[in-house]
Amino acid sequence: MNNFVKLKKQSTKKWDALVNSGEAAIYLGMASCGKASGADNVKKAILNAFDKYNVTAKLVEVGCIGPCYLEPLMDISVEGLPRISFGNVNEKMADFLIRKFLVDKEKYTKKTLGFIGNKPYDGIPSFFDHPMLKSQVRIVTKNCGLIDPENIHHYIANDGYAGLEKALTMSPDDIIEDITYAHLRGRGGAGFKTGIKWRTCRDTKSDTKYLICNADEGDPGAFMNRLLIESDPHAVLEGMLIAAYAIGATHGYIYIRAEYPLAIKRLHHAIGQMRENNLIGDHILESKFSFDIKIKEGAGAFVCGEETSLIHSIEGKRGMPRTRPPFPAVSGLNGNPTIINNVETLGTVSHILRNGAEWYRSFGVDNNFGTKTFSLVGKIRRSGLIEVPLGISLKKIIYDIGGGTLKPFKAVQTGGPSGGCIPKELLDTPVTYESLATVGSIMGSGGLIVMDKDTCVVDVARYFLDFIQKESCGKCTPCRVGTRHMVEILEKICNGEAEPGYLDKLESLGQMIKSTSLCGLGQTAPNPVLSTLRYFRSEYIQHIDEYYCSAVVCRSLIEYSVIKENCTGCQLCVSVCPTGAIVGPRSEPHNLDQDKCIKCRACYEICRFDAIAGNAIVITSKKEV
Amino acid sequence: METTTLFSEVLMEYPQQEGSLIPLLQEAQAKYRYIFPEIVEEIADYIGMTESQVFGVASFYSQFRFTEPAEHTISVCLGTACHVNSGETLLESFERDLELKPGECTSDKKFELERVACLGCCALAPVVKIDNDIYGKLNLVKLKEVIKHYE
Repeated sequence: MNNFVKLKKQSTKKWDALVNSGEAAIYLGMASCGKASGADNVKKAILNAFDKYNVTAKLVEVGCIGPCYLEPLMDISVEGLPRISFGNVNEKMADFLIRKFLVDKEKYTKKTLGFIGNKPYDGIPSFFDHPMLKSQVRIVTKNCGLIDPENIHHYIANDGYAGLEKALTMSPDDIIEDITYAHLRGRGGAGFKTGIKWRTCRDTKSDTKYLICNADEGDPGAFMNRLLIESDPHAVLEGMLIAAYAIGATHGYIYIRAEYPLAIKRLHHAIGQMRENNLIGDHILESKFSFDIKIKEGAGAFVCGEETSLIHSIEGKRGMPRTRPPFPAVSGLNGNPTIINNVETLGTVSHILRNGAEWYRSFGVDNNFGTKTFSLVGKIRRSGLIEVPLGISLKKIIYDIGGGTLKPFKAVQTGGPSGGCIPKELLDTPVTYESLATVGSIMGSGGLIVMDKDTCVVDVARYFLDFIQKESCGKCTPCRVGTRHMVEILEKICNGEAEPGYLDKLESLGQMIKSTSLCGLGQTAPNPVLSTLRYFRSEYIQHIDEYYCSAVVCRSLIEYSVIKENCTGCQLCVSVCPTGAIVGPRSEPHNLDQDKCIKCRACYEICRFDAIAGNAIVITSKKEV
Repeated sequence: METTTLFSEVLMEYPQQEGSLIPLLQEAQAKYRYIFPEIVEEIADYIGMTESQVFGVASFYSQFRFTEPAEHTISVCLGTACHVNSGETLLESFERDLELKPGECTSDKKFELERVACLGCCALAPVVKIDNDIYGKLNLVKLKEVIKHYE
């Protein structure tokens, strides 16, 4: 282990030089969400400012801490000040901050979100006391947004690969024992116990065994795996090494969706650095353990998140599932024992090894130990990625962490297209695998979509079923044909064309698809419909009997009109209307011709957002009884 | 035939087995921007599969395309977060302005439109990707500004 001790020393020195030298440094959040918010332009502005003012500082590109609604996030640290963070930084502000800190040498702390690190400073709160972060427990996301994901030294200096180092001193059986005792469950959604899965594979005799990291994060509305890989790729890779050592695998794959180019780039880069440091390949850290990892890019098929489909895809086949048993742990890739673990599961493994199973069990509740990451999105004030101990209530997540909704709350969808909608009355439900199943949803991989009164649950159910129907691989009839029928029925309800008995038909179809489909995709597909029928039946009935959509979403049931008293006659709506449905002379209230209106929303948005407009266009749905 | 001989250099980097099929299709698409019959033939020959088997796999995955792409690809995200934040209206706006449906190209081959399931930038919904640039928190007004950069 001599070389690793040397490497650790080297890494600590480099990290110390960054955080403790007093030299100015700027940290910029450059994960996909940061980039989408304009971090690339902020970076340019920073470099321009360096030139303009003839100053310099280390510029460190970090991942994402999680509060995506504050992106782009820029931290700055100078002599005598801890690293402090600023949110929603644009080009102008970046320039301003550099001038203040580096030119004027002023400790400008007015607009900071807080400090990062363990060196408090009078008058500045800790960033981690921010309401969105305060109730979180950050284990797997510990490094996210704080270190440079492309610098292996940053990872190592923050206890990185210490889990592997420890694992290599243990027997594989002891590791499996630890993971089993820690009660780690699959974070991809199903919640199967990781230790038991590993044990099955370990006990199956074979010369070749595979470990696959499932990063085919397909649920629309979920990005936990993307963020972790983009922000801390080594955390996942270290977990893979430990898992491979425990089950006796020599070959590994990361199956990652092609829609995540930055994550793929970071993985390639990280594996290259591991190779330079003897952390991958033959005789890892001079031990007897050899293991190598290949990256397989998915080609755009949601069903490939299902493990047997994923295996078929790696084998070069159409990604269709097969019946189990045999389970992949016994017979998987090329007929060999194969373990498929989710990104987050693997990201957690190294922490359990480092800190012990007992430590891990101190988080969460019985049978649901540890933490889980969620992507908190939709109609929520503070959106982003969060990590919370299991057992926390949905209410706490939505209100304490997310800050609630702007308009009245309606429901939260957990588990993506395989999950269900949970209404307000059930928000005290603790987030555990079992309790979410009891209320008709699932834990799933971690998408939490918050809906308010402007979200139509019938439309959302239609949306999910339409998604599933398009992604169904077509192998088994219940899923292929059944979901098609459900979509048709839901479309008719949304269009106000429903016939009596439709709801019963939806329910019986749903139950049938659940009980007869081949794989998890079909077995869970009806959940969004069944759960909304259970909790929001009255909304379905309003659509059917009264042609009324209370959320004013379903297009056949709504109407646009101009409130004459509010209309400033600015003609903006006239200019954006694609069909000429709005007419009216300047400075006089406009008229909207219902027959020409295609309900495209263009007039509504311009009237709401433009300063000279009067917010005069309303969307209504009339009850017709 | 010129193009296919060029591709044989890429082929050599992969073992002649079924497991190489998807990465090879990905390489081909990265190089030629779409999959065309000569490529299918060459890959099939190399791996020892029939052309229909290769096409059968390629057509299963939404990543692979069989027509020449346009200069700019507009991908409208219709993930759940984008859906509840009116992402659909963005798609329709493009359909109207460019007079095309998802999966189609404008006649001058300048733009093509596609719908994607989720780009993973859900906190910034609704999101549109044009080529490799992602634009978040869009509305119909901002959209018109964004598209100007590409016209």
